Amino acid sequence: MTINISTALNSAILPYASDQKVLTPNKLGILVNEYQVDRSRFQEIAGILKKEGGRLAAEWAADETPLGGDFGVYACYARSDEYVIIKTSVPAANPAFPSLTKYFIPAYRFERQMRSFFGVVPEGHPDMRPWILHEDWPADQYPLRKSFEINSRPPRGNADYRWSRVEGEGVFEIPVGPVHAGIIEPGHFRFQAVGEDILNLEAKLGYVHKGIEKRFETMPLRDGVKLAARISGDSTVAHALAYCMALESMTGCVPCAKSQWIRALLLERERIANHFGDLGALANDAAFTFLFYHFTKLKELLLRANLRLFGHRFMMDVIIPGGVTMDVNQRECEIILSELADMKKEFERLMVIYEENPSFQERIFKTGVLETEMAEALCVVGFAGRASGQILDCRNDFPFGPYESFAVSAPVLHSGDVHARGWVRVMEIRESMKIIEKIIKTLPQDGVTLSSFDNPPAGAEGFSAVEGWRGEIVCWIQAGKDGAINRCMARDPSAVNWLGLETLTKGDIVPDFPLCNKSFNASYSGHDL
Amino acid sequence: MWRILIQMFRTGIVTEPLPQVDESKAVVCGGGMRPSAGKLFKRSVTIRQVDAGSCNGCELEIHAVNNPIYDCERFGVHFAASPRHADMLLVTGPVTRNMEIALKRTYEATPTPKLVVAVGDCAKNGGVFGESYASLGGVGNVIPVDVCISGCPPTPADILSGILKAVDPGDG
Repeated sequence: MTINISTALNSAILPYASDQKVLTPNKLGILVNEYQVDRSRFQEIAGILKKEGGRLAAEWAADETPLGGDFGVYACYARSDEYVIIKTSVPAANPAFPSLTKYFIPAYRFERQMRSFFGVVPEGHPDMRPWILHEDWPADQYPLRKSFEINSRPPRGNADYRWSRVEGEGVFEIPVGPVHAGIIEPGHFRFQAVGEDILNLEAKLGYVHKGIEKRFETMPLRDGVKLAARISGDSTVAHALAYCMALESMTGCVPCAKSQWIRALLLERERIANHFGDLGALANDAAFTFLFYHFTKLKELLLRANLRLFGHRFMMDVIIPGGVTMDVNQRECEIILSELADMKKEFERLMVIYEENPSFQERIFKTGVLETEMAEALCVVGFAGRASGQILDCRNDFPFGPYESFAVSAPVLHSGDVHARGWVRVMEIRESMKIIEKIIKTLPQDGVTLSSFDNPPAGAEGFSAVEGWRGEIVCWIQAGKDGAINRCMARDPSAVNWLGLETLTKGDIVPDFPLCNKSFNASYSGHDL
Repeated sequence: MWRILIQMFRTGIVTEPLPQVDESKAVVCGGGMRPSAGKLFKRSVTIRQVDAGSCNGCELEIHAVNNPIYDCERFGVHFAASPRHADMLLVTGPVTRNMEIALKRTYEATPTPKLVVAVGDCAKNGGVFGESYASLGGVGNVIPVDVCISGCPPTPADILSGILKAVDPGDG
């Protein structure tokens, strides 16, 4: 087995690791290694990896008692195309581990979440409030422990949530949500403001927590994709793909080339549809409804084409472990290309109007700035990260199928404002259209076949990283006995990006919040699970 | 400005007649109102949408109901920002434990007579998420429901037809 020790993170860890596992070997030889370390070293290693330029991509726990273990505490770090996982074990009797908050800001919420769901204790964490579970959830009940019965419904307690407070002359508070004014998902926001200026914004999420991670553990590995496809409806293709790639990496299953091409085709179509929708919605929040309606029309045409080609407007449940459920024939390829050409023309006409409208431009330039340093510190991913100088795109860093044969030109801007987050998406639409043309032109001619696989042994692990339209999705699956799921961790980009939105709002004004919010369009469901 | 005008003339009117839908997708399920009450809102029904735990797939299609192709406003269907202004609640998702109280309060804040339409398989019976410590299952487990629209997610035409069916169930 090859071990890639030539890269920075791996070589920095090796001296500290007591055990090593290789997850996800892929064609280009990119391996994801998992290192077992002593828990006393867990924090120290975070510091070392930070120095090497790593970012914290995810942090999670797993109850490994059915596998004969304790609680596993995991952290996944990434540095361009290198992903490593650090694992430590903590016994149920003393489930403490040193907090990573000293080095990585995203650890603040990851660890609050781990504590709420597993009762593992991040020592040195400054904020022990629950996360995702609310304050009325009893403090001694941990839903993701195996001892917790999925259908139990403990009565509500009456604890208070300690909000951060700002006091002083003229300071007032605006509570918003969970039921918002538009057709959007629920969350609660507290603005502290003086006049129009926002001094502080704190979000409380978790309102759409529907127990996805616990539900996974009641499902066979082969069926879990149906649930993964509903982690965040707008990213159904990307989440299903992340799940399947993680499962395939664990079982050694390799989908046929054409399936991989079709998966990429779906991923790019999902990206374009969501970018169309959000560019229109951005214009709508600046009262430029003309563009809004034209973009919704363009999006509708794409969704209808999806329905005709793939049997579903959002292409839900097309990607399954081992391949895809649909083939694309020669005639359909021609239809895709001709519709794409029409769409491109219409899109470019709208973009001239987008750029020429001074009152719209005035609203989006220099609004809601997320500085490059801050984006890096917060480990912001996806188009929001690329609008703030973060060079990352899993299509290049963790490629599969067609992405192995060409590099994606991932646009990066540095101004970090609403305009940049919009403009990165404009450039991504153009790039995705080019990618679709390339995919169609090089699509293998033979029909798709579904690759089969055997159930992995209990304790086997799989990993994947997929660039959904919102950004990097990280998925990690641990097999249970007889093809069951012991743990499935899916980290939506929103889990890290929400903090980006909350941070940039400080210093901006209240009336700009809808624009800032829309420019991120983070998923509540993907975050709350 | 002239580009906007040219684009308008080039595009013309894109609104389509409401397509024929499978009638069985929207089921009248009793709920809290007498069957004819919806007629009070005929040609003018104001909706407050509540996501009680959805994956946001249903929200995408409710957005599409507002696009110029389906143009719900031509049927007098209008979305409002507050339940105080609403005649109907359009509820999606399995109802999560964390949204239970907010949903009940929204229902109470909506003036009587009011209708509740549950959108999507999850709102019908919990869907793929089922019932658990975090999910209370279908909307009917928390507030009375008048019409259920199935689908994952239901299409915009199904949603719009379901809304119109709730307003006029067609039994006189």
